[in-house]
Amino acid sequence: MSELKLMKGNEALAEAAIRAGADAYFGYPITPQSEVIEYLMAEKPFDRTGMVVLQAESEIAAINMVYGAAGAGKKVMTSSSSPGISLKQEGISYIAGAELPCLYANVVRGGPGLGTIQPSQADYFQSTKGGGHGDYRQIVLAPASVQEMADFVRDGFDLAFKYRIPVLILSDGVIGQMMEKVDLFDPIPRLTDDEINEKYPWATTGKKSGTERRIITSLDLDSHKMEEHNHKLQAKYKEITEKEVRYELIDCDDAEYIFVAYGSSARIAQKAVKLARAKGIKAGLFRLITLFPFPSVKMFEMCGKGIKGFLAVEMSAGQMVEDVRLAVKGCSKVEHYGRYGGIVHTPEEVLEALEQKIIGG
Amino acid sequence: MAEITLEDIIKPENLVYTKTKLMTDKVLSYCPGCGHGTAHRITMEVIEELGLEEQTIGVAPVGCSVLAYEFMNIDMQQAAHGRAPAVATGIKRVWPKKIVFTYQGDGDLAAIGTNETIHACNRGENIVIIFINNGIYGMTGGQMAPTTLPGMKSSTSPFGRDVQTMGNPLKATELVAQLPGTYFVTRQSVHTPGNVRKTKKAIKKAFENQRDGKPGVSFVEIVSNCNSGWKMTPRDSNVWMEENMFPFYPLGDIKVDGQLL
Ligand SMILES: Cc1ncc(C[n+]2csc(CCOP(=O)(O)OP(=O)(O)O)c2C)c(N)n1
Ligand code: SF4
Ligand SMILES: [Mg+2]
Repeated sequence: MSELKLMKGNEALAEAAIRAGADAYFGYPITPQSEVIEYLMAEKPFDRTGMVVLQAESEIAAINMVYGAAGAGKKVMTSSSSPGISLKQEGISYIAGAELPCLYANVVRGGPGLGTIQPSQADYFQSTKGGGHGDYRQIVLAPASVQEMADFVRDGFDLAFKYRIPVLILSDGVIGQMMEKVDLFDPIPRLTDDEINEKYPWATTGKKSGTERRIITSLDLDSHKMEEHNHKLQAKYKEITEKEVRYELIDCDDAEYIFVAYGSSARIAQKAVKLARAKGIKAGLFRLITLFPFPSVKMFEMCGKGIKGFLAVEMSAGQMVEDVRLAVKGCSKVEHYGRYGGIVHTPEEVLEALEQKIIGG
Repeated sequence: MAEITLEDIIKPENLVYTKTKLMTDKVLSYCPGCGHGTAHRITMEVIEELGLEEQTIGVAPVGCSVLAYEFMNIDMQQAAHGRAPAVATGIKRVWPKKIVFTYQGDGDLAAIGTNETIHACNRGENIVIIFINNGIYGMTGGQMAPTTLPGMKSSTSPFGRDVQTMGNPLKATELVAQLPGTYFVTRQSVHTPGNVRKTKKAIKKAFENQRDGKPGVSFVEIVSNCNSGWKMTPRDSNVWMEENMFPFYPLGDIKVDGQLL
């Protein structure tokens, strides 16, 4: 049954995993996302749904447990924060290469290195341009509320299985740690073993007599075949780019200035829109929900309609702004604003940046 | 005396051996003389004899045996270098009734994957680990492995392994035997028919343990040759192995039914 609760973002993510019918979660503690595994361990999902929860010896082990279980047709996820996500990149690349479905979350903290435990959005490049090796992409969902932390678990699993691709929920320390009201979706039953065998003809569950054996691999020593495999991957990414773009436009209809933001920065920018409008500045917010695929087509389309400039607002030194520039292809002014290293910008700072860098600049 | 033709010999009643149907017809990619092929064959024979092929999932990580899935005619997953025990853990935890095994080299198991190996063993995952110790990195062209003997030459220890600067060879098998999560730990070889039989028995015991839900990892090390990496003929490599590898890595059971011997 759907249920209204007051929860932390990290807890909502964990509860949503149980409700989404996940078969397993493999994780390793790191601030600011340790509540995910703590919640799962305390909730005893094995008793509730049969879901397995295991604390691995490292993020490397956790993502490889995900690889194994996903390769055997199960619905599995992991989560971590920036330094741990770096460790997972080898596994993500293998998962992308072997075309396995899985979900993982990054509750981003400030870096580089051990950085800080405070919120950040500085893992955008890693998330959208491929943090691991090789020509691969993953779907990246950016929640801006505790509600979306829960909903994107369900949606993320659906996308992961639809395209056999890793899906990343790119959150940050603000969304992970804050408490909000959340309407939890109705539980979805876990698939039975027979349903898995029927639905996923690629999953390694033991070779049945009279059937072809199944192999999970990302390897092909024949470069021509590997190029073909890469073509197939690229075709999949193209289809995703055409079909799965998600965004939200707030006060954009008559806007002359657009903030482009995702996650907690989008909430801050939304407040900045209000402050701007109170001053007579026609500002709007282009909130990104999918970071890959990026809503380039829509952004370019808007560009010709009286927009005088875009301000990319992100808690980084300027990463997402590059995709905004690529999207608008020089037809409008694009600038970046953001605090970083664990500092969260205020709506007032964001408005001031608009006035200085776009309107006055 | 009447001449005996080939047709006289090739008759069903003269058949003494056939390849297990769990090995594909693909020609092995291993160097002639290498122990990997024999280790593959007996592993597959055991799975066939125990009737486990429909429930078994194998995991082969990077090393010469990365292409094991080309030869082992069962469901297989290829894993990243060193990560097979974590991959196997993932499979076994979500399919506890399936039979799951890893097939790992010494570089894989005892260097890059030491963490995954020790923790899978320490958690007592109910899996089989087959560990091919040839004292060298075969696949990448004969570099020093964690198991390379003191003084032994390799392409990255061209003057012999100097333990002062390059560290000591790691006895991973003795190490995991100490952990409460291992149920059966043994060291064998496949260089003579007698040893092949013993090793096959050990592998069988390992899979039976898992089938019967005996608690913990069943771990079978096979000390094997890498004639190419050692730069020897297959025959010389087996003699060298007996004279040098076995004194350092003595054959035999180390832990049986959860009890250290
Ligand atoms: C992360 C990573 N590092 C290095 C390699 C290169 N590599 C491939 S196989 C191998 C060594 C394998 O040696 P071993 O496990 O002993 O297997 P063998 O080939 O001797 O059977 C190395 C270093 C790799 N594939 N991945
Ligand atoms: S390189 Fe060594 S381990 Fe690899 S196939 Fe050849 S002999 Fe065997
Ligand atoms: Mg080796």
